[in-house]
Amino acid sequence: MQLAVPVATLITFGIHLLFSKNAPPLETHSYMLLFWEILGVSIVLAIAQSFWPALRRWMRHMWPIFTAAILFLGVWDVITLGFHLLPLPYFPGPAAVLRSLISDRALLLDSTWHSLALLLSGYTLGVIVGLVSGVCIGWSTSVRYWGMPLLKVVGPIPATAWIPLAMVVSPSTIVSAAGLIALAVWFPVTMLTASGISNTRASYLDVARTLGAGRAYLIFRVAIPAAVPNIFIGLFMGLGASFLTLVVAESVGVKSGLGWYVSWAQGWAEYGKVFAALIIMAGFFSTLMTLLFKIRDRMLVWQKGIIKW
Amino acid sequence: MVALAETEASSLRVREVSKSFPAPDDPFTRRQALSDISLSIAAGELVSLIGPSGCGKSTLLRLIAGLDFADSGDLLIGSEPISEPGAERGLVFQDPNLFPWLTVRRNIEAGLVARGVLREKRNEVDEFMRLVALEAFGDAYPHHLSGGMAQRVALARALINHPKVLLLDEPLGALDAFTRMRMQDEVLRLWQTRRTTILFVTHDIDEAIYMSDRIMIMTQPPGRIDQTIANTLPRPRDRSSPEFLRLRGNILELLHFAGNAPAANST
Repeated sequence: MQLAVPVATLITFGIHLLFSKNAPPLETHSYMLLFWEILGVSIVLAIAQSFWPALRRWMRHMWPIFTAAILFLGVWDVITLGFHLLPLPYFPGPAAVLRSLISDRALLLDSTWHSLALLLSGYTLGVIVGLVSGVCIGWSTSVRYWGMPLLKVVGPIPATAWIPLAMVVSPSTIVSAAGLIALAVWFPVTMLTASGISNTRASYLDVARTLGAGRAYLIFRVAIPAAVPNIFIGLFMGLGASFLTLVVAESVGVKSGLGWYVSWAQGWAEYGKVFAALIIMAGFFSTLMTLLFKIRDRMLVWQKGIIKW
Repeated sequence: MVALAETEASSLRVREVSKSFPAPDDPFTRRQALSDISLSIAAGELVSLIGPSGCGKSTLLRLIAGLDFADSGDLLIGSEPISEPGAERGLVFQDPNLFPWLTVRRNIEAGLVARGVLREKRNEVDEFMRLVALEAFGDAYPHHLSGGMAQRVALARALINHPKVLLLDEPLGALDAFTRMRMQDEVLRLWQTRRTTILFVTHDIDEAIYMSDRIMIMTQPPGRIDQTIANTLPRPRDRSSPEFLRLRGNILELLHFAGNAPAANST
């Protein structure tokens, strides 16, 4: 069991050695190095876990996934480098991707940074505006009367469909891209916040009123807390929409960021770099998702035991 | 008793109150929920309101709480007409309706926060947590509490505002029989230590006899107060004493549920 990862590493390593005999040594060098590292770390962990129960539990949980991931690299090597089942240059082997990742790391890091800045500014703006408009629509019947039709008509338009207009209206592509991301986030956040607020249990509001609550208490201390589970659904949907809008906006207008990097690398037919950027995106976006999950778990700790997460 | 309640010492008065609602199936007709209800409760009294479901007990309580408005008639606290909900009339429902996102302590504090007096009265929170014996559960969230504990939190949350009148809408109705009897004693203890006027809505005759100074019987619909029975049994009351059972038989008869002999175990 503890040896699954080292064994998988050796298998994948063997596959690579078998197929990379006629590949340039420069390409495989860092990939080999990575294998030695994985092998070393996994052996150290396999030894350490016999003294450390917490580590053993973690390993028992994670080991199958790690094993599968490493074997996946081997399979990837077989179908690309080994039997050329996928056309080159579109599908390079794992070693070539790793080399692109390392050799172009400065530009990739810079692109990630630009994407993060753009995403966060757009997302934050969208969330703030969405929360305010959602609370207003959810609480006040007259705001709902005018706001809901607008929301229902304008909201479902994909934010990316506004790109031609946004590029004309705004002085800089960065600003218009941030605005589009905000728009993409605004719709689900407003929708879910409004429905959460308007579905606040009437008896909570009744109880609060008999305790002497005024309007501010009813909105900020009853309706909004009651709507938080719904609001988080909106925040998750908004985050997904913001990734999509970010990448599209970067690949058509903005001259920086990971989306731009992908289309730039594609222009030069450097597909190793395309895959490298995709790997970075996967890590980047899933980290943000995980972060939002952590925030939710902290804020909704009172739900623990009521609903299954 | 009734005569005393009509005097100036009376803390809650309801005079010829009527209330109707639009019929759910036909918006053009209105269904009479309460018709010419009059009652008055003296300060410090514990009065029960019993009657079958749907006779308008909860409607009357919502009017007194200020959550709904009467079509006609007067509702007074002391000499003040009731126009909106207020902290001087505490309300506890059958469902404790604790705010699930707040801990027990924060739930009990809610009334102080709502009135903006938490800073001056923070020390009272501990006092009320002790009063309902929940000091150890201050940081627990409501869904970790049993039904009886949750209802004690709801009582403390209502009592921390020092209401002149406590309105209890079948507060023990969802509890199992044993918890229920224990909570009856708990409510009595709170009433005896704090001398809060209590209007206690229930559909459990035994509960009404065990707890209250007077029992008002409502009939349906439209809701009217049919009879008011003074209950002078000495406290603490014995649920199986002959006097208790005799009173129970009388009330069952008034509600047309009595057989030839006083029923022993119907509620």
